Amino acid sequence: MGNPNKAKAESGIMRWVDDRFPATQMWQDHLSKYYAPKNFNFWYFFGSLAMLVLVNQILTGIWLTMSYNPSAEGAFRSVEYIMRDVEWGWLLRYLHSTGATAFFVVVYLHMFRGLLYGSYKAPRELVWIFGMAIYLVLMAEAFMGYLLPWGQMSYWGAQVIISLFSAIPVIGPDLTQWIRGDFLISGITLNRFFALHVVALPIVILALVVLHIIALHEVGSNNPDGIDIKAKKDESGKPLDGIPFHPYYTVKDIFGVAVFLFVFMVVVFYFPEGGGYFLEAPNFQPANPMVTPDHIAPVWYFTPFYAILRAITFSVFGLDAKFLGVIFMGGAIAVLFVLPWLDRSPVRSMRYKGWMSKVMLVVFAVSFVILGILGALPATPLRTAVAQLCTALYFAFFLLMPLYTRLEKTKPVPERVTG
Amino acid sequence: MKKQLFALLFALVPLSALGAGAADVPHSMTPDLDDKASLQRGMQLYTNYCMGCHSLEHQRFARAAEDLGMPQDLVEQNLIFSSDQAYNDLMHNAMAEEDAANWFGAAAPDLTLESRVRGTDWIYSYLLTFYRDPERPNGVNNQVFEMVSMPNVLEPLQGVQEQVCAESDRPVEGAELDPLTGKYQSCDVLQVTQPGAMEPDEFEAAVYDLTNFLAYVGEPSKLQAQTLGPKVLIFIFIFGVLAYLLKREYWRDVH
Repeated sequence: MGNPNKAKAESGIMRWVDDRFPATQMWQDHLSKYYAPKNFNFWYFFGSLAMLVLVNQILTGIWLTMSYNPSAEGAFRSVEYIMRDVEWGWLLRYLHSTGATAFFVVVYLHMFRGLLYGSYKAPRELVWIFGMAIYLVLMAEAFMGYLLPWGQMSYWGAQVIISLFSAIPVIGPDLTQWIRGDFLISGITLNRFFALHVVALPIVILALVVLHIIALHEVGSNNPDGIDIKAKKDESGKPLDGIPFHPYYTVKDIFGVAVFLFVFMVVVFYFPEGGGYFLEAPNFQPANPMVTPDHIAPVWYFTPFYAILRAITFSVFGLDAKFLGVIFMGGAIAVLFVLPWLDRSPVRSMRYKGWMSKVMLVVFAVSFVILGILGALPATPLRTAVAQLCTALYFAFFLLMPLYTRLEKTKPVPERVTG
Repeated sequence: MKKQLFALLFALVPLSALGAGAADVPHSMTPDLDDKASLQRGMQLYTNYCMGCHSLEHQRFARAAEDLGMPQDLVEQNLIFSSDQAYNDLMHNAMAEEDAANWFGAAAPDLTLESRVRGTDWIYSYLLTFYRDPERPNGVNNQVFEMVSMPNVLEPLQGVQEQVCAESDRPVEGAELDPLTGKYQSCDVLQVTQPGAMEPDEFEAAVYDLTNFLAYVGEPSKLQAQTLGPKVLIFIFIFGVLAYLLKREYWRDVH
């Protein structure tokens, strides 16, 4: 019965299942016979941790939905109801709000790993592009989720970000109104953001995660040396430098999970507000369209892009500064999608690239962090100038990449992984 | 190892480099949720002096009583003044918003989350820095909240406080440091000129209790987090040690 070419259990219930569904085959393809390089280091924990946080967000989110009231009149009150009257509600809510921050921490580290070891280079372009799509949808998911508590910063943050669309020539104002569903942010906006946040976008994210992993398992994982482990195989066809993902990396990742959870739960229990950067103080006041907070800043994971937006203070070719800012902000994310074609280096890993690539990666990382800090602070002329410099460096990393990766002298790549 | 440290730094920098933007207020206090007596006194002060105007619309009497260790009958007899409020009710009050707007120019805000909006240092400083100002409708002004429309309801306890010219240890904008005394000549030093029912240090302790209570009301779950946190962290730690040993055992044959 079934496809004779598939791996099947000898007998018993698994055999019955395998004749109807490729359970054993899938288990082998993705875990017990998926050969991963044996030299994964610290940076390789963040992929599985991102999955863990995604599961945390979905589970806590489902339970929050049971007590949350998605209306302008009831949203704020229902969040305090969850915090006080719902059994374990405070824990669910803090797991979810801290989870949002943790998601971006692990995703940023995961992406940085990709930059460090050239995990985006052929044949892993689609792995990278699916990953970038996850990141993009995740930003939309987080942005819409932040409106739901209906606090002052929820309201005014959404007001600022949605109004960016009004900078688009011709269609801008109508588009903005279409997104809000109203002339200003209102309960109508809240309801549609709720629908997108809890139904539409999570489905898209889950589908993209499946695509990300299928693409990864089709080509195999990269490693810190950036070499192809499938090039050297033993008699039975197993990569010499590969080990089965299960049990080796499952047990290793479980240890990583324990370390991550320890740090995560310290924040959940003792610093859920994150010093005002995870839960902002004005968000403990209900949304009030008549009163604007003194200083509107997005949550920390958006601040680098917000800083790029604000750094564009000049008009060029008759395009006004606000619209240019939106273009630069969008460009800062869009340029990541074409990264696989910007890198012309013959080697993948930073270990064997030349000094120019190394310097540029450090410059890029430092610029990104500085932009993140500046985006959280009120603008001053000096800060805007620094943000402009960092924006230039951010784009230089990408746009000069075809030059410096070709010009620099690379080191010879070893035959086998170096550990 | 170096890379791991760098990774950690990378993860922390955007958070720690920013720091919390503390408001510039003259006094500071650290809430102590383990000091149940302080929290109980704070709740007594709140229900007697504040709650006539400021509701705690997300806080229940019963929850406060349980968390602060007060028996139901004592709370019902001494802290619930309105006959239409029950032990399990939210701590609403009877003042209509329109009345408040008529009397004070603005509705009295709900204070459930005040400690999280403005911070406890702000509340503590605000309550300590009322002073007599005959130009204001209620006869008082406030150093932290200028042109405040709230009267100094704690004046019977504090006494009459006035802003006078004197020496101050704190740097004052526009005032010059006296190199001999090391102090600043300032005209916004607060002095109690007519004593109230409490001595100044007694009054500060009372305001501490009141602020402490508002810190509790802002986040009652903090008490639960303090109890649950260590248990969960110890569990994760032991789990982590076992996970590490398991990992080491499996990886013994990887070379």
